[in-house]
Amino acid sequence: MTTTALAITERRPGLLGWLSDQFWRHPGMFVLLLLTPPLLWLGIVYIGSLLALLFQSFFAIDEFSGIVDYSTLTLKSYAELLRPANLDIIVRTVVMSALVTLASAVIAFPIAYMAARYVRGKWKALFYLGIMLPLWSSYLVKIYAWKLILAKEGILTWVFESLHIGFVLDGILAIPVIGGNSLSVSYIGTFLVFVYVWMPFMILPIQASLERVPVNLIDASSDLGATPQQTFRKVIFPLALPGIIAGSIFTFSLTLGDYIIPQIIGSSRLFIGQAVYAQQGTAGNIPLAAAFTVVPIVIMGLYLWMAKRQGAFDAL
Amino acid sequence: MRSDGPKASLGLKISAAAGLIFMIAPLLLIFVYAFTTEEKSYQWPPPGLTLKWFEVTLNRPDVWQALTLSLQVAAISTAIALVLGTLCAAAVSQSDFFGRETISLLVILPIALPGIITGIALRSAFSIAEIPFSFWTIVLGHATFCVVVVYNNAVARFRRTSKSLIEASMDLGADGFQTFRYVILPNIGTALLAGGMLAFALSFDEVIVTTFTAGQQQTLPLWMLEELIRPRQRPVTNVVAMIVVLVTTIPILAAFYLTRDGDQIAGSGK
Repeated sequence: MTTTALAITERRPGLLGWLSDQFWRHPGMFVLLLLTPPLLWLGIVYIGSLLALLFQSFFAIDEFSGIVDYSTLTLKSYAELLRPANLDIIVRTVVMSALVTLASAVIAFPIAYMAARYVRGKWKALFYLGIMLPLWSSYLVKIYAWKLILAKEGILTWVFESLHIGFVLDGILAIPVIGGNSLSVSYIGTFLVFVYVWMPFMILPIQASLERVPVNLIDASSDLGATPQQTFRKVIFPLALPGIIAGSIFTFSLTLGDYIIPQIIGSSRLFIGQAVYAQQGTAGNIPLAAAFTVVPIVIMGLYLWMAKRQGAFDAL
Repeated sequence: MRSDGPKASLGLKISAAAGLIFMIAPLLLIFVYAFTTEEKSYQWPPPGLTLKWFEVTLNRPDVWQALTLSLQVAAISTAIALVLGTLCAAAVSQSDFFGRETISLLVILPIALPGIITGIALRSAFSIAEIPFSFWTIVLGHATFCVVVVYNNAVARFRRTSKSLIEASMDLGADGFQTFRYVILPNIGTALLAGGMLAFALSFDEVIVTTFTAGQQQTLPLWMLEELIRPRQRPVTNVVAMIVVLVTTIPILAAFYLTRDGDQIAGSGK
C-alpha cells in the first residue's frame, strides 16, 4: 500500500532522501538495521561472555599445579558442587532468598495496596517518591546505613536500651544459628538488610497488578454479599498474585546472586555469590566458580518458567 | 460509585506507613552521621555535631579521583545505552517481527540474572580474549545493563506515540530523517532523558559488575566497598555516603517530573 503511494511521487533528492525512501519501502530492512547495533553489542559482549563462562565449567583444574586443563571436557566441577560443604551453601542461599521474598511480599503488599487503591493527587506523588527514592538510591549506601543501625553501639541497641527492653535484644541474639555476637554479624542482620535492599522491587509490580483490578469486579463482589475480607481473599488477592510473583522474581534473583551484603553484614558462613567470588578470586578455580554460577541460572530458569505459567510476565 | 471515595482501614494505613518509614528512615540516618564528631565507632546518639568532615573530604584526592572516574564511566555508558536502547525500542515497537519476544528477553537478561554472573562472565571473557582491564572494560559492563533502562522507557513512549503522526509527517513530504528529527524525537525526548538519567544513576551506583571489570581503578562505589569491608576513615565515608544519596536523588526527581504525565512510570522495571 505504501509503496504504491510513493511510486506516484517524485524520488527524494540526495543520498539521505534515497535512504529514507528505501527504509519506507523495505520496513523489514529498516528494522534489521535498527536492531543490528544493539544485537551485536548484547550478542557479543553479553551472550558471548555468558557462553564463555558456561564453557569453562566443563574443564577441570589440576589439584596440584592449580592450572586449568583445557584439553578434556569433564563434569568434575559439577560433581564438586554436590560435596556437603557446597550443598550447604546452595541450600542456605535458597532458603534465605525464599524467606527474603516472603518477608518482602508481606511488607510491600500494604504499601502497594494503599498506593494503588486509596491515595490520590498529592499523596500519590508522595507515595511514588517514597517508593522510588529507596529503590534507586545507592546500594552500598543502603548497606552502610544498616551497618550504622545494626552496630553494637548503634541506634537499634540504643532504642532497646532506652525502652529498658535490652534483654529482648540479648534474647534474640542468644538464639542459636540465627543469633550472634551482635546483629551485624548474625543471620538476622543479613536477612534484615536483604529485605531492606530488595523489598522496594516488589512494590511496583504488585501496585501495577492491583491498579488493573477492575473496580466493578469489587463492586459486584460486595453486591453479591461478600464482606470486604471475602472480597479481598476471593477477588483482589488472586488478581494481584501475578504481580506478587513478578516482584518475587526480582527479590529472589537479587538475593540469590548477592555476595556483598552477606560479606559485610552477617556471619562468616558463605552464600552462593561469595562462593563464586572466592573460587574465582583467591582460590583461582574458575571452573568451579563457573559451575557455581550455573546454580542460580538453573534456579532462576525454573523460577521464570513457573512465573510465566502463572502469567506473571504481564504484570512486569 | 462506591469506589470513588473508599476509606482505607486503620490497619492498612498503619502497615503502609510503617513500611514506608522502614524504607526511608535508614537513608535519613546517613544525613545525621555525616555531622557526627565520633571517629572510631558508629555510636548513637552522636556525641556532638561538626562540619569538619566536609572539609576533610573535599581535600581528599582519592575521593575526587573515584568521583571523577564514576562520573566519566556513567556519562559514556549512558550515551552508549541511549543509542542502543532507543534503536532496540524503535525496532520492537515498529513491527511485529519474528523473534521480538526473544529480543525483549535479551535486553532484560543482563539485569534479570544476578549481577555476579554478568560480572564473572565478562571477566572470564576478558581474560580469554586477553583484554587488559581499563576504563573501557568498566564502560563495557555498565553499558550492557544500562540498555534495559533506556529501552523500557523508550518502548513505553513509542507505544503511546501514535503511528498516524508519523504517517502524517511522511504524507506532508518529510523524509524519514526529518520525521525523526521533528516528529519522533520531540515525542520521545523526555522519555529518553528520563531513561538516560536513570541509566546514569544505575551506572554511578553499580558495584557488583564493576568489581569484576575494573583493574586498578576505583570508582566511587568501589571506594565505598573498600571502606565497608575495612573501615579506616569512618567520618569521610559518612560524608561520601551522604553526597552519594544526594547525587542519586537528583536524577530520580528529575526523571519523575519528566515522565509524570505519562501513564508509564520511569524506571518501573529497573
